[in-house]
This record gives sequence, structure tokens and C-alpha cells, in this order.
Amino acid sequence: MQLETLISQFQNKDEKAFEQLYHMYKESMHGVIYNIVRDHDIAEEVMQDVFIKAWNKASTYNSSKGRFFTWLLNIARNAAIDKTRSKAFKNSGKNLNAEFFVDILETSDNLNTKTDAIGVKGFVKKLAKTCIEVIELLYFKGYTQKEASETLDMPLGTIKTRNRNCIKELRHMLLE
Amino acid sequence: MDINAYIESGILELYVSGQLSEKENQEVYELMRQHPEILQEVLEIEAAMIKLAEGVAPNTHTVLLQRIKDELQFDNDDNKVLTMPKSRTNWFAYTGWAAALIVGAGLLWTLNQNQQLESQVSDMDLENLYLEQQIEKAKTDLAVKENLLNVLRDRDIISVPLGGQGNFTDSYAKVYWNKADNSIYLDAQGLPEAPEGKVWQVWSLTLNPLTPTSLGTIDNFNTDQNKIFNIANTNESQAFGITLEPAGGSESPTMEQLHTLGVVAQP
Repeated sequence: MQLETLISQFQNKDEKAFEQLYHMYKESMHGVIYNIVRDHDIAEEVMQDVFIKAWNKASTYNSSKGRFFTWLLNIARNAAIDKTRSKAFKNSGKNLNAEFFVDILETSDNLNTKTDAIGVKGFVKKLAKTCIEVIELLYFKGYTQKEASETLDMPLGTIKTRNRNCIKELRHMLLE
Repeated sequence: MDINAYIESGILELYVSGQLSEKENQEVYELMRQHPEILQEVLEIEAAMIKLAEGVAPNTHTVLLQRIKDELQFDNDDNKVLTMPKSRTNWFAYTGWAAALIVGAGLLWTLNQNQQLESQVSDMDLENLYLEQQIEKAKTDLAVKENLLNVLRDRDIISVPLGGQGNFTDSYAKVYWNKADNSIYLDAQGLPEAPEGKVWQVWSLTLNPLTPTSLGTIDNFNTDQNKIFNIANTNESQAFGITLEPAGGSESPTMEQLHTLGVVAQP
């Protein structure tokens, strides 16, 4: 079935379509959320919030404004970041500043056994440190180009092309 | 427009990860519709990003979807649980409870009955004991009375009636004297009870000259039931008399208080 059809059914409150979309994106959203909150229970909590919010806000999605995945990704990142800013989360004493998505791969006992995570791990390790940093900030943390350029002390134009090259490299590793 | 340069600029990566403005998004969208290579590029970028994120995801438990569906109050047509016909279930349940109640009530009733019976048996035991004691006492009384009767019927016994004297004509007594065993039975039923501080004293008398010999006081006169007293008498008595004396008895009889007197008939 075409993704567009599925999305429009979902927007018409079709429960089966919602379930299909959930299964399509649950793993990737869980990965993004977990990378931000770094706690299994909290990540599940955020997952629940994200998909409930997606259902309730379904009508606000418009394909002309972006990919459905991107729409969902924004909801997930925002919900996860909101969670890390909550008082309860801060009191839990987590320090997430210096953590990158690759750190999760180092402790791979946490990982999803269904996906080819071991393969991902092998490829990602080959990525340059600068690639890891750029992908972490722009993709996983949702930084703007400007924020990323300031954080990494890198010219704005360089961020964009480096990001392009890093993801290109990733595509070669993961998709070929 | 140089499609390749556009792709290489890196704008599509930012498009997928959500870093573009609304205007830029609109622009990419239009170009994707016009240029299949751009759409293809976007799909590949998206696929790689999804795969990367999946790579760092923990296991997503199946209960999570159920929790979300519960929260959103979805119908679970495929998960519907077959239910038993209700009336049948209830009927069995009610029967069971009713049976349990009946058995319970029965048990309580039996328990109560048992306690009542035990209490009754206990009462009966007490009553039995009391009756046995009564019987024992009656037997003893009977034995005493039979013995007395035997004594009085004895051929050797000498019966001496004692008549009321002076102011005490209403008083009387009888002495049964058994010379063989040197004892008398005094039947003092005809005497009133001894007043406080006084006691009946029995005397054996010889008449010429008149010499009284004390046979002792009857200290238990007031409490004795049949008023028959067995008293030892070794004297050659010619008469018996009873006087009321101060407690403890007297050396010689107080003649003013001589209530009864009787002379032994000479054989």
C-alpha cells in the first residue's frame, strides 16, 4: 500500500492504519527517544506520549510541509527533550551532555535484537568523529544548523555539506 | 536548475531531519514532485536515517502498542475474549453459594445442638450425683433407724418412761436401758430445746438414800435430728432424771429444773 494512502487513512482516524504506521516507525522513534533520555522506562513513557499525540494531532500533518517520518521525528524529539527538562528527570541525576548515539552502540546489550544492530554498530564505528557529532546534533538532537555550527565551532556552510557527506557514507554502509 | 548540485548541497538531509523552514520545505516538496531523482534521494536518506535510529533502539515491547490503544480507547475486535453465557455461569455460582450457605448454617446448628446437649448432660450428671448422695444418706439413715429399732426390740432392754415434773408436765422422755452392754438409749423427743447458755444433764439415781450420779450433759441436743442419745451407764440405777443446767453441767442436779423423772420398774 502506498504510504500516502496509509497516512490519509490514519488522518481519517483509521485504527488499523495507525497500527501499521506504528509498526513502521516504532523502532526508529524508540531509538531517537532512547538516545535522548537514556532510560528504558522513560523512553517507553515518551513513546506512548508520542504516538498518542500523533493520533490526536493527525489532522495537522500535511505532506507539503515535510515527510511523515520527519513530522513524527519532530514530535518524538520534542517530547523526549521536554522530558529531560522536567524536574523529575533532572532530579534523577542523569548527565546527558557528553553522550552520543554511538555510546549506545558501545553498550550493545541494550539494543534491539530484531534489527541488524550488530551490522549498524560495525559501520557506525567506521564513521569519523566529526560525522558522529554532526549527525548526533542535527538528527538525534534536532539542533538547527546555526546551533550545531556554534556548538561544534564550525562554519555554517561546512555543517550542511559535512552532514551531507556523513549521511552519504552511512547510506553506503547501511543500504548497499 | 542543476539537480545534482541541489542534491549535493545537503539540503535534502536537513529536510529529512527537520531543520528547514516552512518555505524551504514547501520548495523541496515541489521539486520532489517534479524531479523523481530528488524524491529518490530523499527516500534513500530517510531509509538510512531510520535504519540508524533503529540501530540504537532498545526492544520495543508489544505491550506498548496495547497501552497506547487502551489509552486511545480503540476497539479491539481481534482481541475480543469469548464470554460464557452469563445466566448459566450465574446459575452455577448462585447454586454454589446457596449450597455453601446451607451447609454452613447446618454446621452452625449442629454445633449449637451439640453444645446444648453437652450442657444438658453436664446438668444431668450433677443431678445424678445429688440423687446418689440423697440415696446414700437415706440408706445410712435407714440403717441407723433399723439399728435403733433392733435395739429397742431387744428382749433384754428395760424401758423406763420419764414423766414431766412440777411445772414441766408437758415434758416427757424414755430411757431404754440395756444392762448387757451397760448403755442406755435416751429418747428425749418430749423435751424442749435447751435455751441459750443451758444444757440438758442426765442423771442416774438410787432411791435409798437418794443419790444422783451424772451420766453427762447432752451437748448436741439442739442439733440432733431424732433426739435419741446413746449414753454409757454402769450404775445400778433405780431411776433416771433430766435437769436443765448451766452450760458445762453441774455437780448435783438443780431440783427446780428437774423436767422429767422415771423410776425403773423392779423385775
